Amino acid sequence: MTFFTEANARIAAEVIAQYPRPKSAVIPLLHLAQEQEGWVTRDAMVEVAELTGVTPAEVLGTGSFYEMFKFHPVGRYVVNVCTNISCLLLGGEELLHHAEESLGVRSGGTTDDGMFTVEEVECVAACTEAPCFTVNYRYFHRADADTLDVVVADLRAGRSPLARGAQGDDGNLPSHGTLSRLRQHIPDDRRAGVTPPELVTEAPVWLRPSPALAPSTAGVADA
Amino acid sequence: MPEPTTVHPAGMGYVPHAAGFVANDGPKLVTSRFPYEDSYTLERALATGAYTGLRSALGLAPGEVHAEVREATLLGRGGAGFPAGVKWGFCPEGVWPRYLVVNGDESEPGTYKDRLLMERDPHQLIEGCLIACYALGLSQCFLYVRGEMALAQERLAAALNDAYAAGYVGRNICDTDFSVDITLHWGAGAYIVGEETALIESLEGNRGMPRLKPPYFPAAIGLYGKPTIVNNVETLANLPWILEHGAAAYKGYGSEASPGTRLFAISGHVVRPGIYEVEQGVTTFRDVIYGDNFCQGIRGGNDLKAFIPGGASAPWFFEEQLDLPLEARDVSAAGSMLGSGAIVVMDHTTDVVKACLRVVQFFARESCGKCTPCREGTSWEQQILERIVDGYGRPSDLDLLLDVGDNISPGPYPVAAHGDDGLDAVPFPPLQTTICPLGPSSVAPITSALRRFRSEFEAKITRRDGITVRSAPVAEEAPA
Repeated sequence: MTFFTEANARIAAEVIAQYPRPKSAVIPLLHLAQEQEGWVTRDAMVEVAELTGVTPAEVLGTGSFYEMFKFHPVGRYVVNVCTNISCLLLGGEELLHHAEESLGVRSGGTTDDGMFTVEEVECVAACTEAPCFTVNYRYFHRADADTLDVVVADLRAGRSPLARGAQGDDGNLPSHGTLSRLRQHIPDDRRAGVTPPELVTEAPVWLRPSPALAPSTAGVADA
Repeated sequence: MPEPTTVHPAGMGYVPHAAGFVANDGPKLVTSRFPYEDSYTLERALATGAYTGLRSALGLAPGEVHAEVREATLLGRGGAGFPAGVKWGFCPEGVWPRYLVVNGDESEPGTYKDRLLMERDPHQLIEGCLIACYALGLSQCFLYVRGEMALAQERLAAALNDAYAAGYVGRNICDTDFSVDITLHWGAGAYIVGEETALIESLEGNRGMPRLKPPYFPAAIGLYGKPTIVNNVETLANLPWILEHGAAAYKGYGSEASPGTRLFAISGHVVRPGIYEVEQGVTTFRDVIYGDNFCQGIRGGNDLKAFIPGGASAPWFFEEQLDLPLEARDVSAAGSMLGSGAIVVMDHTTDVVKACLRVVQFFARESCGKCTPCREGTSWEQQILERIVDGYGRPSDLDLLLDVGDNISPGPYPVAAHGDDGLDAVPFPPLQTTICPLGPSSVAPITSALRRFRSEFEAKITRRDGITVRSAPVAEEAPA
């Protein structure tokens, strides 16, 4: 049984190779699984466990600690409304109520057509631009009920509410699960090399007193 | 989605470009590149002097770089304000490998600076990481970005790919023997992961729960049990400037105890909220809240009710503290903290009981559950405050709140506090019955609000049941 698509399996292998211990890749791989399916399925957890050398229960144990991982289907667009202190002061709570009422779901709920999930969230680091909400983790600043209505209408009509090019991209709003649309890729000839910690026993080469080094950096150990 | 994009009216909708940053007068040490539209690209970064600090560092011995940073008295910008150069020195001799973990899990309510630094100037951060790795012999860097920050992740991924290709990261950096990989890692939504040992647990693939202390610093035992330096994004973003211009020049800004500048996110009921780069020690809270160069006062000419000087964990300040300088030492002496550079201003229309509840609710939700006093106590605090706000408060609730707080963060809270008496003696930094300061932080808004606005709590309790709250006589002296 394989969960990851061929392309994602290659990404998974590359992600795992970036860490000295494979278990460190559990969270990145859960993100990848969520990107593929929109939420974290049982099959995904089994495969992430196999890839990282832990049990599926450990994957669930780690994953369930973090709010962003959904273990049940959610809407194509997850609308997160901040009601923490800075947003509260400027109408975050009213914005949440408007989202709940206009979409007809309570915080945590998903609309019947599977388009929107509304969530009340903690501070998303846009405090000077309060009140704010995010859709699939794309920010909408200084928002009010009208902003939310326009964004929802856009998404229902299949239009992107993001200003084209504002982000230096095509302005598309990806469906839930996709965070960064660009991944780090290290070409093999540029890689410094990731070594398991138990195999490293001495100081890195630029700290070692060695005649091979340039004179300016030679012969000085760490203070 | 092939349809043309809707154009939203100004101020509405998606405005990712440098949103929040206000270019005030004054020195620009970490935001110099922000005014450029393309500040996040390698071309713009190189054209404006990126990686010159790294080249200066590579011209020095690693130990000299460390000495320069120690000399600059660069204070950590994550909240605790511990000098980075001293923290760096805690790595035990002869234990290898050593790691760098960058704390980009900015989640403290009111705080919005690291996201901006990562989105607007990723190369500055990367350069800072490289300088730290070179100075201490750190063999791999993990850039832990908060999961919710999709744009920051994209910008950093692009910047890293460009920097690798251009020879600034990876093998034989700038054609020297210095080689280090920077791994971009995303979190997945947990405030507690901002605590450095929890960050390490998370990076190891575990639930993000803080580790038992000692060891107090992961510099001794950290990631994979190896010496690990954990630094905040803004701390590292200062390194390129320090290495380019020298520690002496850096100390020319700010005060002696807190040299340099800091980013402050000032939010809430001010006319011009924003992120400002502020010289430490020489600028006061009054300057930044009322100054024309900064927030330009409170909206509608309203009166100041209270302000939070350093993020949700910090005890609140009031009008009489307005003239304190923005300096960690002075703010601590006054019983609060500059914390993560987040100032939240509340005007006289604010319902402080509700504000207090919202902050407490945050800590209850974000408690990791490892320590009982925090796991249970924060939700008790939330429940008590909720029933007060809902009009079902009991006369005994105010004392009960302090009693619960006392079990999370022991302090001389008078059992029956009147007005200002006694509560002024609340210790700061707070004492802990817990492994990390999350739980104790939840007590700060309660003591702050109760100390000043007790009558507003009492009014909410009285309103529905008609019983006037009458506190017991104040104890002669608070128990030590």
